[in-house]
Amino acid sequence: MTVKCATVSGKNKKHHVKIYTLSTCGWCKKTKELLKALDVEYEYIDVDKLTGNDINDAYEEVKKYNEFRTFPTIVIDNGKHVIFGFKDKEIKEKLR
Amino acid sequence: MKTKKAIIDSLGGNAKENGYYLCPDAQLFNDLIDGLAANNTRYGYGSCPCRVASGVKKYDVDIICPCEYRDADVDEFGMCYCGMFVNEKIKKNPSQLGPIPERRPPEIMDAALAAVDTKQSISIKSSVQAKLKKNTPSIVVWRCSVCGYLCARELPPPICPICKAKAERFEEFVLS
Repeated sequence: MTVKCATVSGKNKKHHVKIYTLSTCGWCKKTKELLKALDVEYEYIDVDKLTGNDINDAYEEVKKYNEFRTFPTIVIDNGKHVIFGFKDKEIKEKLR
Repeated sequence: MKTKKAIIDSLGGNAKENGYYLCPDAQLFNDLIDGLAANNTRYGYGSCPCRVASGVKKYDVDIICPCEYRDADVDEFGMCYCGMFVNEKIKKNPSQLGPIPERRPPEIMDAALAAVDTKQSISIKSSVQAKLKKNTPSIVVWRCSVCGYLCARELPPPICPICKAKAERFEEFVLS
C-alpha cells in the first residue's frame, strides 16, 4: 500500500517529484529548502515520523528506488530518475 | 533529557580527543544537533539524525553518535555519514561537505525492522551475519609508538586520543 504523503505546492510542476526524508536529517532539510527555492511542487514523506506498518511500507518503497535505503531519496517522475542524497547540482539540472 | 548544550559539549570533546572537528557548516550543524536532540527525546539515545532508527536500542547501537562507521568514513571521505565529524581539510573547505556512500550494511536495518514488526527478537546469528557484511575485511591494529595506545581501524587515527601524538607516530602492531 502506498503511504500517504504531504504535498508542498510550487509553481514548477513540470515533473512529479517525491522525496523520502527524515525529519531529523540536515541533508533532507537542505533538499526541501532547495526544492522550495526552485519553486518546485513536491511530495514528501518523513519516514521517521510514521508509525506501525507505515514505516515498513515506506521503507519498502524507498528500497524499490534505492538499494541503499538512504535519505533523502529523490524520486522524479515515478522513478524515471532517482537521486540519492543532497546532490544539489544534479537536482537543479534534472528539475530545470 | 539531554540538552543541546550537553550534546554539543560531549561531541566537541570527543572530536577534540580524536583529532576531528565538528561540522563547519553552521546551519547543517544546528540541524544535526536538533536531530540528535529529537532522537534522544524519542528513543532515549542519540542515534544518527540522517539514518532511520528502529527505535530498539540493541539494533541501533552501531548508529549511536559517534557511530561505528565514523572513523572509516572520515579516513576515506573526510567526513562522517551525516557530516557531524570532519577532518581538517573539510573544516577548511566546508563546500566539500556532501553526500557520501552509506557504509552501514542495509541488512542490519532490514533485520531490525523485521524484528520490530513481528515483535520477535533477532537471533544472534542473523545480527552477527549482518555485521559480517560490513565493509571491514581485515582491520589493522595500530600502536602509538609514544604511549603504547592500541586501536583497530583501517588507518591510524589523526592523533592519539591518549597522548596526542600525531598519526605519523603510529605503527602497525603485529604479534610475533
